[in-house]
Amino acid sequence: MEETTLHSTDIVTVISYIIYLISSVLFIFGIKKLSSPKTARQGNFLASLGMFLAILITLVLTRLINWELLIIGLIVGGLIGAVMALKVPMTGMPQMVGLLNGFGGGASALVALSEYYNKLNDPEIAFYESTTVTIVLSILIGAITFTGSLIAFGKLQEIVTGKVVKYPLQHPLNALLLLGVIVAGIIIVIDPTMENLLLIVLAVSLVLGVLLVLPIGGADMPVAISLLNSYSGIAAASTGFVLANNMLIIAGALVGASGFILTMIMCRGMNRSLMNVVLGGWASAGSTGPAVGASPKGQVKSVDAEELAMLLDSVSSVIFIPGYGMAVAQAQHAVRDLANALEKKGVKVRFAIHPVAGRMPGHMNVLLAEAQITYDKLYAMEDINDDFPNTDVAIIIGANDVVNPAARHDTSSPIFGMPILNSDYAKTVVINKRSLNVGYAGIDNELFFYPNALMYFGDAKEAMTRLTNELKNL
Amino acid sequence: MEGLDLLMHIYVFVLAVFVGFELITKVPPTLHTPLMSGSNAISGITIVGALISASMDMYTVSTWLGFTAIVFATINVVGGFLVTDRMLKMFKKK
Repeated sequence: MEETTLHSTDIVTVISYIIYLISSVLFIFGIKKLSSPKTARQGNFLASLGMFLAILITLVLTRLINWELLIIGLIVGGLIGAVMALKVPMTGMPQMVGLLNGFGGGASALVALSEYYNKLNDPEIAFYESTTVTIVLSILIGAITFTGSLIAFGKLQEIVTGKVVKYPLQHPLNALLLLGVIVAGIIIVIDPTMENLLLIVLAVSLVLGVLLVLPIGGADMPVAISLLNSYSGIAAASTGFVLANNMLIIAGALVGASGFILTMIMCRGMNRSLMNVVLGGWASAGSTGPAVGASPKGQVKSVDAEELAMLLDSVSSVIFIPGYGMAVAQAQHAVRDLANALEKKGVKVRFAIHPVAGRMPGHMNVLLAEAQITYDKLYAMEDINDDFPNTDVAIIIGANDVVNPAARHDTSSPIFGMPILNSDYAKTVVINKRSLNVGYAGIDNELFFYPNALMYFGDAKEAMTRLTNELKNL
Repeated sequence: MEGLDLLMHIYVFVLAVFVGFELITKVPPTLHTPLMSGSNAISGITIVGALISASMDMYTVSTWLGFTAIVFATINVVGGFLVTDRMLKMFKKK
């Protein structure tokens, strides 16, 4: 394989294949060690070691032709990556991952294009059909991942609207474009010299990436980011097919599988099918502002910090339920202070985390870890949901749809069937929100009107700090 | 690459997907964000392809496409592993 680039099976090539195997094993071990927070950091190190070895032996393989370009590329990319990684705030993690997905996909498309021109300009290299097929696929998947991730980044950064965007003939248009790309791809496989047609495939794929992610609403981003993560893996694997390199195929397949599993977990967390999310989802989703026909169920009870502090002073167990609102208000440190103050009074404090809370899988866990809340206090939904009836107070911070009891019984609700945190089963449920506005699903939350519900209005960070001070002053 | 070679690579791909499923289902939800950024860095393995394509010829279109791919993939690799380490450092047990 690849005699043309690697110059026969000399000793360097053999060594490189062995190193690539070692790298593949290191990737697998690296991910395996992510199964526990204790070994996870070591796992990440093993994976990066695998990557380092692979890059090193590849540099030897290239016999350093154009070495100045290779080094400049590595330094420039390395610097940009390092600055991004060290500067990004923990609340900006979804955007960061979105952007990184895009760069991975873009690289795959570029490598495939580069390989194409290399073969086109060298008459000694034959175009095998199987190679051309993988080049076209690589460009398609890589380009969709690239622009799709840029749009996802834009939505999370609020440069692009987080609303569900519908455009005329959405589905027929996308289907037509995809069909066009496939037909063009087949023509290129038959006649690989159709250079312009390949560039059209690239352009249409880039447009498709935009059109596919644009309709996905802000709170559906956990699904979109996971799916793009999966695509970036498949793109890497397809580059492996182009270059006939098993290591790329293995690494890409691992990531593709990872992204796919996360996508499915996110969809299950919302009780929706992948198709439903990808094709644009809830009609009412993404609208903000007061619920239409609000308060048909009577008045809400609201409390101030002082009253709430007195209530909390006499309880023995509290469960916090963080949501995207906590991330927006950057309230994780204020929440930590409140949790510490409660623990000092002997209260049992735990955190309940819904799978789709936040804008990406595990978003809340990272923020709470940043605030130095130990992970043994963070509970997944299925591990804590039965404990709510034995809990004195559930405190909801910036979460809405994931605690809406309508999901259990209201068959007409768009979120009916979605698994929710049973906060309403706690003796008292305190809801911290800035206003009575609706959540992402654009529907009213009946929980606010429950007899055991207390509304505690205010910006999450400021409200938690005020509450902590009141509690300390008691 | 001929047809039979392609088939052998598909073998590897399918088996690796199964290994991936086995591994990922054991990752706890609390580590899902680092899993995503870490696996994302692994998908930057395309850097190997980028290095090969940038060194294939002397300054042709292929070289420049490969060069851009090196920059993209290195951002992915370095940014991904570093940010993952930054997050994992914060996960502590009492």
